[in-house]
Amino acid sequence: METQSGAVRKSMDGNEAAANVAYRLSETIAIYPITPSTPMGELSDEWVSKGSPNLWGHVPKIVEMQSEAGVAGAVHGMLQGGSLSTTFTASQGLLLMIPIMYKLAGQLMPFCMHVAARSLATHALSIFGDHSDVMAVRQTGFALLASANIQEAHDLACIAHAATLPSRVPFLHFFDGFRTSHEINDLEILSDDVLRAMMDEEAILAHAKRAMTPDHPTIRGTAQNPDAFFQAREAANPFYAALPGIVQEAMFRFASLTGRTYHLFDYTGDPEADRVVVVMGSGGETLVETSRHLNSIGQRTGVLQVRLYRPFDAWAFLNALPATVKHITVLDRTKEPGAPGEPLFLDVSSTIRAKGGSKWSALPQVSAGRFGLASKEFTPAMCMAIFADMQAETPREEFTVGIEDDISGLSLRYDRDFLLPGQTFNQAVFFGLGSDGTVGANKNTIKIIAKKLGLHAQAYFVYDSKKAGAVTVSHLRFGKEPIRAPYLVSSADFVGCHQYHLLEQQPVLEAAREGAIFLLNTPHGPDTAWDHLSHETQEMIIAKKLKFHVIDAYKIARETGMGARINTIMQVAYFALSDILPLDQAISEIKNAIEKSYARKGADLVQKNWNAVDQSVAGVHEVVVPATVTATAPRPFPIPVEAPDFVRTVSGTLLAGRGDDLPVSAFPPDGVWPTGTSKWEKRNLAHELPVWDSSLCIQCNKCVIVCPHAAIRAKYYPEEALAGAPESFQSVAFRSPEIKGQRYTIQVAPEDCTGCRLCINVCPAKDKTNASHKALDPAPQAPLREQERANFAFFESLPAPDRTRLKTDLVKDSQFFTPLFEYSGACVGCGETPYIKLVTQLFGDRAIIANATGCSSIYGGNLPTTPYTVNADGRGPAWGNSLFEDNAEFGLGLRLSVSDQEQQAREMLLATRDNLGPEFVDDILHADQSNESGIAAQRARVAELLNRLDRIPETLRPRMARLADYLVKKSVWIVGGDGWAYDIGFGGLDHVLSLGENINILVLDTEVYSNTGGQASKSTPTGAIAKFAASGKSGAKKDLGLYAMSYGNVYVARIALGGKDSQTVKAMAEAEAYPGTSLIIAYSHCIAHGFNLAQGLEHQKMAVDTGYWPLYRHDPRRTESGLNPLVLDSPAPKLPLSRFTENEVRYRFLEATNKERAAALGLIAQDQINARVETYRRMAASGQPEKNS
Amino acid sequence: MKLTTNYLGLTLKSPFVIGASPLGDDLDTARRLEDGGASALVMHSLFEEQLTNDAAVAALTESFEESSAEALSYFPESADYSLGPEEYLNHIASLKSRLSIPVIGSLNGRTPGGWINHAKLMEEAGADAIELNIYEVPTDASESGADIESRVLEVVSGVREKLTIPFCVKLSPFYSSLPSLAKSIQLSGANGLVLFNRFYQPDLDIEDLNVEPKLFLSTSSELLLRIRWMAVLHGNTDLSLALSGGVHKVHDAVKGIMAGADILQIVSLILRHGPQALEALIKDFTAWMQEHDYQDITEMRGCLSHKNSPDPAAFERANYLRVLQLWKV
Repeated sequence: METQSGAVRKSMDGNEAAANVAYRLSETIAIYPITPSTPMGELSDEWVSKGSPNLWGHVPKIVEMQSEAGVAGAVHGMLQGGSLSTTFTASQGLLLMIPIMYKLAGQLMPFCMHVAARSLATHALSIFGDHSDVMAVRQTGFALLASANIQEAHDLACIAHAATLPSRVPFLHFFDGFRTSHEINDLEILSDDVLRAMMDEEAILAHAKRAMTPDHPTIRGTAQNPDAFFQAREAANPFYAALPGIVQEAMFRFASLTGRTYHLFDYTGDPEADRVVVVMGSGGETLVETSRHLNSIGQRTGVLQVRLYRPFDAWAFLNALPATVKHITVLDRTKEPGAPGEPLFLDVSSTIRAKGGSKWSALPQVSAGRFGLASKEFTPAMCMAIFADMQAETPREEFTVGIEDDISGLSLRYDRDFLLPGQTFNQAVFFGLGSDGTVGANKNTIKIIAKKLGLHAQAYFVYDSKKAGAVTVSHLRFGKEPIRAPYLVSSADFVGCHQYHLLEQQPVLEAAREGAIFLLNTPHGPDTAWDHLSHETQEMIIAKKLKFHVIDAYKIARETGMGARINTIMQVAYFALSDILPLDQAISEIKNAIEKSYARKGADLVQKNWNAVDQSVAGVHEVVVPATVTATAPRPFPIPVEAPDFVRTVSGTLLAGRGDDLPVSAFPPDGVWPTGTSKWEKRNLAHELPVWDSSLCIQCNKCVIVCPHAAIRAKYYPEEALAGAPESFQSVAFRSPEIKGQRYTIQVAPEDCTGCRLCINVCPAKDKTNASHKALDPAPQAPLREQERANFAFFESLPAPDRTRLKTDLVKDSQFFTPLFEYSGACVGCGETPYIKLVTQLFGDRAIIANATGCSSIYGGNLPTTPYTVNADGRGPAWGNSLFEDNAEFGLGLRLSVSDQEQQAREMLLATRDNLGPEFVDDILHADQSNESGIAAQRARVAELLNRLDRIPETLRPRMARLADYLVKKSVWIVGGDGWAYDIGFGGLDHVLSLGENINILVLDTEVYSNTGGQASKSTPTGAIAKFAASGKSGAKKDLGLYAMSYGNVYVARIALGGKDSQTVKAMAEAEAYPGTSLIIAYSHCIAHGFNLAQGLEHQKMAVDTGYWPLYRHDPRRTESGLNPLVLDSPAPKLPLSRFTENEVRYRFLEATNKERAAALGLIAQDQINARVETYRRMAASGQPEKNS
Repeated sequence: MKLTTNYLGLTLKSPFVIGASPLGDDLDTARRLEDGGASALVMHSLFEEQLTNDAAVAALTESFEESSAEALSYFPESADYSLGPEEYLNHIASLKSRLSIPVIGSLNGRTPGGWINHAKLMEEAGADAIELNIYEVPTDASESGADIESRVLEVVSGVREKLTIPFCVKLSPFYSSLPSLAKSIQLSGANGLVLFNRFYQPDLDIEDLNVEPKLFLSTSSELLLRIRWMAVLHGNTDLSLALSGGVHKVHDAVKGIMAGADILQIVSLILRHGPQALEALIKDFTAWMQEHDYQDITEMRGCLSHKNSPDPAAFERANYLRVLQLWKV
């Protein structure tokens, strides 16, 4: 769309807005994924793969590095080499760059990086937005330039790239993570001509001339002594002194080219304001809106938005403020515990104190406020409270806003119901699931509305943290004026609830204004829908006078062959009811969009979607709302009454989508939370459950071992335990040569099963008279739910099998151990979680887990509920996540601490041997803990030791009591994905491998960075496409196992559950028992591979059969018996690699888009496999492993 | 020696045509086959349900998108690759630009719309002719043979309506009256018949109680079935006749032509022994004609067809008993 000025308007998010400029103004780009900045790197890689040129007609060179530290190093080289460079990052990634940022600034390197500002991990990780990261680099010497909205992210990106060249000061341009980086809004795109006019070609040339080159050799990065360093450091002062002027000049030049004017500090408000709020980032937009409202009712307020934060130009700051101001509040979106104030506040107050005397005879009062940490909402209501407090008799000197702080009493109270009057936009909110396509349809809706009506449109999407069944909430605004409002919609004209169950689980109707339209997707028709609502929901519909409509979108989807995709159906229903666009026109636009999206995927798919569109309008029905509430049933609370109090009050509130209501006192201050909470959240995701036919079952327990969610379990138990069993509870005689007279049951947890079908597909027990029937068959969940809920409750009450009678290295036995990792938020059919579950089954009651950031830390440790749990004795894995990059070191530290405490306990035992009984002490010290019987016996001895504490001197008792448990062998695990193990954490991993400590390392290898959306890692194999390798990975996959074997004393196993489950279990048992460092590399299928994960185990088998994933165990203990340490557990490849790759989108993509490259890489990949298999074969056949291959 | 043959209205330099197979997937191989004497090339079949399956996989992949704040998708944006027939259609154009022999598109449809649309697209992409590869296994007891045949004819007439280029129909042997069906196919507008298609056949894994589809390369033993029906149809229809399956040696080729085939589709021989095997076969065929004093292939075509055979009963059931008796001996 073209504006009157001729500029092109487009809808995009803040990340794209910034990357669009950065890409065009760069020659070299270094990237690494980190939320929420990842899309900027992804887009750049895409543009490179499509051959998009930069401003100078050249396709930039792009490189993915192993970490942000690597990126910064690469960028340093690019800049010293004379290139124009850029990168994108956030949060811990930015922190990893700090040492090199000092170098870039110290060496006056013109450079601009773009940061989607995000929280730093402290008591917990948060992926959401605030300024903690950028504030942590304010001392590096970088210029910091802040954008407050999508247009600014585009514009100031240009100004930063332009200003860095003449100034020679490197720039960090930032905008709020998620709120700006992920908000979609329309903006004017800067033309190449504007960019060209902004770039100083002479400065580019000067930069290039300063490059390191043997043609004009120089030396840089010298070491300087006390006689030189200080002076040289001060020599750069003029560059910083000149910088504000250079930036302002660039801003003025930009204004002359575009009509959009920026200043170092932009003041908006009454020129004679008595109260001014100083702020950076998107919060400024909300403050400006609120200030306008206050001024319209006679108040005198203003907002000062900081653009250039470093260097902080004190005079420009003072000049931007009205002389009339009496009270300034500085809002910081960060927290510095222990500091006299947050950074912006300190800068402002010191400036006013030092230089304000020239402007004011009486200096204005300055207050400090914190807001919006980790994307906490910042609304006009909060802004009203801030401006109001400045008028109070005794205004606060320090406050927080947006939370209720009942511990420190710092929080401002605000009227949550306040809405800015006179807003002219149309607003809509949609509650859906990630899998139902709601977000995609809404993105399409705003395109249609913006394009056809020429309206301004804003969209922001909120996602929950589950990977399966994730809830999405879409917030849309449309209007004739540009829409800034960087906060969620709370007074919607239209509320769509695309999933029936969400209506009673989420605060759906709270978002509706009075008289709004409410559309519910429900299986109940217009005559009965009302009767199925809770008392509270009916009450709100009546109170808000909502116009209630229903549609059975799933029925329409089924009838039109759309399966579970209801997105277009609900989109049509929205247009049919909202009256925002004539329906015929809307339908025609939707059909066009469908054709555009799906034409390349076949006419059939287009036609199906079109049919669904045609059926949708007739499917919408109005519900006659009675005058009074008729329901008696209350809205169900998400957590059952029997749950612990903390889980009910805190987790339950978070689950209900009302976490913002929880006060500070509700939360543990150190981030330490109870485990075992996922079992209280019944998600009912499965449409079908596995149903057990006990007469066919061969009791192999394969179904149990493959279950990603621990939702199908096996037990054997004495017959008498069946007393009181529900009528439908199934039980058969347990088949075991050793354990006689027991019963056996396979039981599904109906509300925790996700319906992935892995158990059904792996079940080998077929009916010999009808091979289509197996011991596990699928059946619809709903009719079985109540029955199986009772059966599962009874199953849980049955005694757990005696661990001492089970063998840890057998598949069948291993699955009688209680899983201590259950019902995680992992994807339906996840390939990683069965391995973690197995670790917890075998060793969980004495395990300590260090978990790298990634998928496993998100499904393992993201609130509201977490899956690690305890056994009947209250023991279970202790789980911790430090960071992404330091996980190996973190786990090593845990190991050393545990070992030291065990050593201390042993020393104390020796010192008190005579008191405690020499024989008893010797038994403890020399206990065999190599099996479950040994562990149980040692636990009994430790219990006895605690009974005998009164025999040792009183002063030693507390210490002995604390240390005694360390005498029971602890199992330390380091868990992470391939992004951690192969890339960012490899240095630490390598170091830990070299030390020989008794640590078990589990690498969940999905061959991409799964959590951030499938970026290539060094584990990504040749020929696979991935983000950051959009044209197919050309390099080989790193052989991590071979690398670890080269140490000689590391136990290494390469496993694939679907390839050979017995080898998986054996490797786990051996690795844990190995008294040194063990590395298990576990093949984990993933949604980023592009196939139906129900076939995950078949794919794993094919990976093994083709030699793509050879199985082996390398056990250094075997050398003691004169054996080769390496045992190959899979035979020579039976099939060509193509039989594996042809079934996965990650490989087929290249085949479809670039046949020649796919063929060439396919040949290389096959050669690599042949060579690797041959290497292993020779190693296994010879006496010792080869050190190199 | 004249080998020139008319097939579907196209004049071919010999009756040796590359049958539907992956042999045309690689441009260099296709070129080698042309150089070795192939007179036309039938591309591998475009399966409509493969496109549908691909779309289902795409939909599945899509269902993971927009679900997580950290990962709005799991593949590069450009991975939204074409799952429609574009790649196939582009390949037609590539083959046409590299080869001088006719290129015949092959299509296995599922829905009437799919047949027609994709056939039209192939024509627009430059195909000289289309082979409609009809194969379905009737499993519905309520559906009669007539129902199935009428569906075939519906497809044929639908395609005829849209196409201007010639097309043929490739059938399985499992029709109750092939001569009658052939007649109807001709009346519905097709230009030729290909006898017969060979597909994956279900095999049984008796240990794991699984059904496993299998496909074996053809052998000369499969020729006899085709010779019988070629002979029966020759002279009874105006359709061009292509024999597909079982031609491995020079005698197989001679028999095919003598039974009445206009062309012989060769696949397994080349897959087994490489493109040079085709050249050898043609050379042997020419030598055989020379040895037996045939100057023009038309002299031998159909000389042993049902109509021209000295013993027509040999192609009919009457001969069955005698063959069985011979086995006894």
